[in-house]
Amino acid sequence: MSIPAQPIGPDGRSGLDLIPVVSEKGNKKEYTSDQEVRWCPGCGDYAILAAVQSFLPDLGLKRENIVCVSGIGCAARFPYYLNTYGIHSIHGRAPAIATGLATSRPDLSVWVIGGDGDFMSIGGNHLIHALRRNVNLKLLMFNNRIYGLTKGQYSPTSEVGKITKSTPAGSVDTPFNPVSLALGAEATFVARTIDSDRKHLTAVLRAATEHRGAAFVEILQNCNIFNDGAYDVLKDPDTRDTAVLRLEHGEPVTFGPDREKGVRLTGRGGLEVVDVAEAGADSILVHHVDHDEPALAFMLSRLGNVDGGVTPIGVFRSVNRPTYDDDVRAQVDDAVATRGPGDLAALLASGDTWRIGASGATG
Amino acid sequence: MSAKETQQRDRVVIRFAGDSGDGMQLTGDRFTSETAELGNDISTLPDFPAEIRAPAGTLAGVSAFQLHFADHDVMTPGDIADVLVAMNPAALKANLGELRPGGDLILNTDEFTSRNLSKVGYAANPIDDDTLAAYQVHPVPLTSLTVEALKEFDLTRKDAERAKNMFALGLLSWLYSRPTETTREFLGHKFSKSPLLAQANLTAFNSGWNFGETTEAFTIRYEVKPAVMAPGLYRNITGNTALSYGLLAASMQSKLPIFLGAYPITPASDILHELAKHKRFGVQTFQAEDEIAGIGAALGASFGGALGVTTTSGPGVDLKSEAIGLAVTLELPLIVCDIQRAGPSTGMPTKVEQSDLLLAMFGRHGEAPVPIIAPLSPSDCFDAAIEAARIAVKYRTPVFLLSDAYLANGSEPWLIPDVETLPQLPVDFVTEPNHEAADGTPEFWPYLRDRDTLARPWAVPGTPGLEHRIGGIEKSDGSGNISYDPANHDSMVRLRQAKVDGIARDIPPLEVDDRDGDADLLVLGWGSTYGPIGAAVGMVRESGGKVAQAHLRYLNPFPANTGEVLARYRRVLIPEMNLGQLAMLIRSRFLVDAISFTRVRGMPFKADELADAIKDVSES
Repeated sequence: MSIPAQPIGPDGRSGLDLIPVVSEKGNKKEYTSDQEVRWCPGCGDYAILAAVQSFLPDLGLKRENIVCVSGIGCAARFPYYLNTYGIHSIHGRAPAIATGLATSRPDLSVWVIGGDGDFMSIGGNHLIHALRRNVNLKLLMFNNRIYGLTKGQYSPTSEVGKITKSTPAGSVDTPFNPVSLALGAEATFVARTIDSDRKHLTAVLRAATEHRGAAFVEILQNCNIFNDGAYDVLKDPDTRDTAVLRLEHGEPVTFGPDREKGVRLTGRGGLEVVDVAEAGADSILVHHVDHDEPALAFMLSRLGNVDGGVTPIGVFRSVNRPTYDDDVRAQVDDAVATRGPGDLAALLASGDTWRIGASGATG
Repeated sequence: MSAKETQQRDRVVIRFAGDSGDGMQLTGDRFTSETAELGNDISTLPDFPAEIRAPAGTLAGVSAFQLHFADHDVMTPGDIADVLVAMNPAALKANLGELRPGGDLILNTDEFTSRNLSKVGYAANPIDDDTLAAYQVHPVPLTSLTVEALKEFDLTRKDAERAKNMFALGLLSWLYSRPTETTREFLGHKFSKSPLLAQANLTAFNSGWNFGETTEAFTIRYEVKPAVMAPGLYRNITGNTALSYGLLAASMQSKLPIFLGAYPITPASDILHELAKHKRFGVQTFQAEDEIAGIGAALGASFGGALGVTTTSGPGVDLKSEAIGLAVTLELPLIVCDIQRAGPSTGMPTKVEQSDLLLAMFGRHGEAPVPIIAPLSPSDCFDAAIEAARIAVKYRTPVFLLSDAYLANGSEPWLIPDVETLPQLPVDFVTEPNHEAADGTPEFWPYLRDRDTLARPWAVPGTPGLEHRIGGIEKSDGSGNISYDPANHDSMVRLRQAKVDGIARDIPPLEVDDRDGDADLLVLGWGSTYGPIGAAVGMVRESGGKVAQAHLRYLNPFPANTGEVLARYRRVLIPEMNLGQLAMLIRSRFLVDAISFTRVRGMPFKADELADAIKDVSES
C-alpha cells in the first residue's frame, strides 16, 4: 500500500522528531513485558499487540522514551503487555492525561490506546479536543462495536437494533462513524485498518507515527466472545474484495476482485459507486490525503454507512498543522528568550511596594 | 475658605458601593494601595455579584468594596462601615445596613432620579425625607461635577461620566489624608495607550480631591497614622496572587516546571490567569475542555516529572473526584487547589463559604486519603502553596490546598520574604533499579516504599532500565503488578492510609495562643476565619474574659499534638462557615464534645458576633 512520504510540516518536523534514538534497534522480545496476557483466546487484540510489539522496535527509538496511556476496557489492558512506560488510567480520560504528558515532555513518543467505549462514549469530549488541538499523540482505537470488559452492552459504534443485555429490544441509537467524527473534529491524520491484516495495520501505524500531530487510527477489531463476526464480511475471502475499499494516496478509488468498481463525484456534489468500464477510468476519483479541507475524505468515510456499502480503509487524511504541544513550548521558549528566565525575587517585589524602616515608620 | 479641622482616628472602615460597571473594585483597590503606601494595616473584602453586568441601577447589580485600615494590626475587613459611598439608590438600599448609625454617608445625588429610586422601591427620595436621619449625609453631585471638570476634554458625556469613580476616589483620598502618588502613577500606566483618558481620569481625581478641600460640605478631614509593622519591604497581596506566587516559588525550589491544567471557574480563574503570565518561569498552563481534562492533564504531566497542579472551586472538585482517586493509587504528586465558594451546586459563586472540608477528606469512593492544607490569610496562601508542593512531592501524593473566596479576593499587606530563606524542596527521581529478581537480575519495583515516608519511588519516562506500568487497579506492594490477593489489598489500603497519617511527624505542632495560661475555653478554627476569630478573642480579652485560640492549617493529617491540646480545655468552640464539618472530624477523631457555631451567609464572620458566641459559651 502506498502511503505518501509524510508531508513535512512548515518547520520540517515529523512525529518522531525530538525523540532520542538508539544506535541498534531493539527486538520484539525486549518490547514484550513479563505479564501474562489475559485477553480471551481468539481476541483480535492479540494480533494488534503482536503487530505493535514488532513495529515499535523498528522505529529505532529509545524504548524508555515510549509511553502507552490507556483508559478502561479490554483494549486498555494493552500497556501492561508492552515493556515501555505506561499508565492504565480511568475510563475515557486517557487523551487528557496524554495531553499533559506530551505537552510537558517533547522527548516522548506517546500512544493512547483504547476501545470504542473509552474513545467514543465517556471519552468523546477528550478525543475531539485532542484532535482539535492536534496534540502530538498516536491514538489507536480498537473498535469491536461492543463493550467487552463489562460483558456485552452495546457501544456508540454498535449498529441500530443491536440486541444486548442492556438493549434486549434492540438498540435505538444511531452509531458514530468514527472516521467521520474524527474528520469533523479537525483531525490532521485519520486512518482505518483491520486487526487481522498485519501488513496494512503496520503500514498505517508507520504513517501515523511519522505524522507530527494527533494521529487517529480506527482498528476494526473482533471480539469473539461478545460480538463475534462483526467484520466477517470484510475479512472473508469471498466477500472482502467487494466489501473493502483500500484507499491509496495518489491512486484511483477502486475496489472489487478486478478493481472493476470505482467511486466518482456525482453532479449533485455527492459520491457514487460505478462500474469503471462503463463510467470511464477518467471519471474515477483519485484519492489525495492532503486536501486542505476534509470534506472529500468525509464523503469517502460515508460510503460504508449505506446498507451493502463498501467500507473504506487506509489513510483518509494527512495534513500538517502546528501542534498544540509544540506551540505551547514555543510560547514558553519565547518568553524566556525575550524577557529572560523567571526572577522570583523581582516578581515578589513587583507592583506597589513600600518599605517599613527599623523604627516601624514608612520610608 | 473656612479652616478645615483634622481629626485623628485609630481605625476606619470604608465601604464603596455602586453598579457593577461603576468601577467600585478599582476605586477600592486604589484606595487600598494609597493606604498601604501610608503604612496602615489593612484588610479588604470585595463583595461583587456573579453576573458580569446586571442591569444598571438594580439591586442585583450592586458591587461593593469594603476596607478596614488602622494604626494597629487589623484582622478583619470590619464588622460595620464608618463610611458608605453609594453611587446610586440601588447601592444605598443594598448597603445601608452595613453602615453604622452616625456614620458618614456620601451619596451621588445625580443618580437619585425618580426612575432610579422607583427601580429599587423607594417611594420618595431618601435624601429629602428623614429615612437617613441617623447618618451624617453628604450629598454630592458626583456625576455632574465630574462632567463639569472634564468639559474641556474631547470626550462624550458617557465617557466623562465614567470617570466619576476617580472623582469619588479623589474626594475620599482627601478626606482621609491619603498619599496620592501611587494613584497618579497607576492612572498613567493604565491609560498609557490613551493620553486623553489618562489625563481625564487624573483630572477627575484631582477635582475630587480639590472638591473636598474647598467645599464647605466637608469641614473635617481625618488622619489614620501608620501602624507599627515589622521592618521590611511590603506590598499588598490578594490570596489568589499569593497562591500563584507560592506555586512559582515551589517550582523554583524543587526545580520542577509547573504544569497547570485548569478550567475557568469563579473564584479560581485568577490563578490560571496569573500563572499564564509567567511563562518565563517555565510554566505551562493548559485551559482544558473541562475540569476532568484539567486534572487529567496535570496528572499526566506529573507522571512525566512536572509539578502538576489543578485549580478549581467546589463544583470542579466534584468532577475531579475520580481522577484524585487515581492519583492516590498511582501515588504521584499533584496539587489540587479548591478555592471554596458557597454551595451546594452552583450556589453563590462570588460568596465565601468553607463547606468543602468533608468533600476533601472523603469525596472519593473507596479509602482514598488525601492530605489537606488550608491557608488562614491572603498572604498565608503563599506559604501554604509551598507546603502543599513539599508534601505532594516528598510523599508522592495528591494534596488539597483549601482556600476560599474571601482569601482569594481579599488583600492585606505582605512582608515580602527573602527568596534565599525559602525552604528547599529536594526531588529524588530514581535512576537505578531498586530490587533484585530471584535470578539476581536487577529490576525496578515501582511500589517498593521508602521506610520512613512510605512513599514509592518516582521514576519518570526517559529513564533507561526502569520501564514500568502503573494503573488504577490494585497492585502488589513492592512489585506493582496487578494483584487481587486479599491480604495484599488489605495491606495496601492500610499502607496508603499510613503514608498520609505519617505526614503528621513532618508538620509543625498546633500552636495555642493562651495568653493567661488558664483559659478553660478554646476557640478552634481553620481557613479564613482566622482573622475574625482573632479579632473576637481580642474583644473578649479586652472586656476581661479568658479564652484560648488555636488555628488548624493542616486538616489531614491533624498535627500530632492536636488531641493533647484539645484535652487541656474544658470547652472547645469551633466557628465555621458550614454546618459543622471540622467539628464532626474533631468529635469523631478525638471524642471531644466540640461546640459548633455556624453561619452560612456567604460572608465572613463578624468579630462581634463571634465575641458574643464566645461569651455565651463561657458563661453557660
